[in-house]
Amino acid sequence: MNRAHRAACCAVGALAPAAAAAAGMHDALQPAGPQAGHVHALWLLLLGVCTLVYILVVGALLIGVARARRGDERAPADVASLAQDEPRLRQSVGAAIGISIALLAVLFGATVVTDRALARLPLDGALHIKLTGHQWWWEASYDDPMVSNIFSTANELHIPVGRPVLLTLEASDVIHSVWFPDLAGKKDLIPGRTATLALRADQPGLYRGQCAEFCGYQHAKMVLYVVAEPAAQYEQWAAHSRASAPPPANDETRRGQQVFMQSTCAMCHAISGTIANGQQAPDLTHVASRQTIGAGTLPNTPSALAAWIIDPQLAKPGANMPPNGLPPADLQALVAYLRTLQ
Amino acid sequence: MSSTRHLRGTHEAARGAAAPGAPLRIVAVLLAVLALAACEREARRFEPPVGKAITPPPIRMSAIQPAAIDTTTTIAPHYEVNAYALSEGKRLFSWYNCNGCHANGGGDKGPALMDDTWIYGSEPSNIYATIVEGRPNGMPSFGGHIPDNELWELVAYVRSMSGLVPKSAAPSRNDDIQAKKSENRLLPEPPQSSGVPPASERSQ
Repeated sequence: MNRAHRAACCAVGALAPAAAAAAGMHDALQPAGPQAGHVHALWLLLLGVCTLVYILVVGALLIGVARARRGDERAPADVASLAQDEPRLRQSVGAAIGISIALLAVLFGATVVTDRALARLPLDGALHIKLTGHQWWWEASYDDPMVSNIFSTANELHIPVGRPVLLTLEASDVIHSVWFPDLAGKKDLIPGRTATLALRADQPGLYRGQCAEFCGYQHAKMVLYVVAEPAAQYEQWAAHSRASAPPPANDETRRGQQVFMQSTCAMCHAISGTIANGQQAPDLTHVASRQTIGAGTLPNTPSALAAWIIDPQLAKPGANMPPNGLPPADLQALVAYLRTLQ
Repeated sequence: MSSTRHLRGTHEAARGAAAPGAPLRIVAVLLAVLALAACEREARRFEPPVGKAITPPPIRMSAIQPAAIDTTTTIAPHYEVNAYALSEGKRLFSWYNCNGCHANGGGDKGPALMDDTWIYGSEPSNIYATIVEGRPNGMPSFGGHIPDNELWELVAYVRSMSGLVPKSAAPSRNDDIQAKKSENRLLPEPPQSSGVPPASERSQ
């Protein structure tokens, strides 16, 4: 299992250069799936039409300024238009109104067509994931007809390339909104309601998602990465994620597990295969396999993990995880144990 | 109910009596107290005010101390006038599954917390000790599992359920299902017969 997972990690590592541009940044102008593609096409059309209208309006204004009749202060005011009809003016204003209506109709039509296209993503054989927004992290539960195959993870989704994904969106506290600019449009997560978001990634890569509805102090540090990988690799990852955490193998990690269970950690976090079953905070069964900690706040390195455990409020003020003043030896053992949770 | 009002009245009178002298001075002091209370109400401390480690302070059952007053046991009042601390306490009350036995304060397997009956005392230090040390017949001891500042937030929230903290700071709205009145509208009520174990079954 471990070797298989390491292979999967290496494969993701090999993807990294290709995804390097996308890794830290999200980019709505480089769609990697059909949903984002539709939105991108609509955006291009809107940009084109608006640019055309802008050029026409500014052009008409400049022509009007250039061709306006000139007079000096002694010349009487030109009130000729009060007495006589101006058919040419009427024609051009009429034409401008007609063009405006036509262009608005085009935009409206394109919006409707895009909306329908977004709703028509074929969902045969879709992967079902329940995504719950919390202050300030994401909980993902991978659904499966076999109840024993359901597993939870946090702040990082893995999805197979080319297979549709149906996200069921819920919120536990306040309104959040999920947005993967490279993959799909935004969708709100509203407490007490259930929404869905369908997407598909056609190119493998690492895509950044972000909460897009202000949800409190750490709204900005509420990041959800999506790793799109070939189906075989995804299946390996899913099989690995279903497994319980390995028992600690040496004295230090055993001590680390003891620290985890006997201090504040086990009050909120879960590690499957142990007595820790808190449901309030990210599931840590495979925490070491994730790219970041604190929902994209810090890179997942031993030193960052130690700093995070000692005082999460330094990196993410207001987060619900309290500072933990562990003695250095306990902290080291705890970090060593958490690093084994691949 | 009326005895409660009477109690509150004497409490406020006692506060007023702390400023002897002309009525004007009393008004000035009251205004200053109000202004300070208002500041305290909104302050959000992400850093715990005393230490970062779990360092259980000595539980004092008497307010009298020799020499200087040790502040570690007088921090409860700071939490009780702070709306953020109280709402955090309310969140933690369900996070740490206090609801599992005390059911939103109404009592279930554990005794009710919204009445005016306290088996082990209603002072912040009493409640702190109850949470940290546990009590016979089922109350777990949470010492070492909950950081100090969260303990004091829980203590403040538990007291808010029976109207023992200022109304201005107590949580004023439940975020989800309205299981009971919000804490700033709750007054300590005499215990109801249903759900509370008879005195003989209660450990003293």
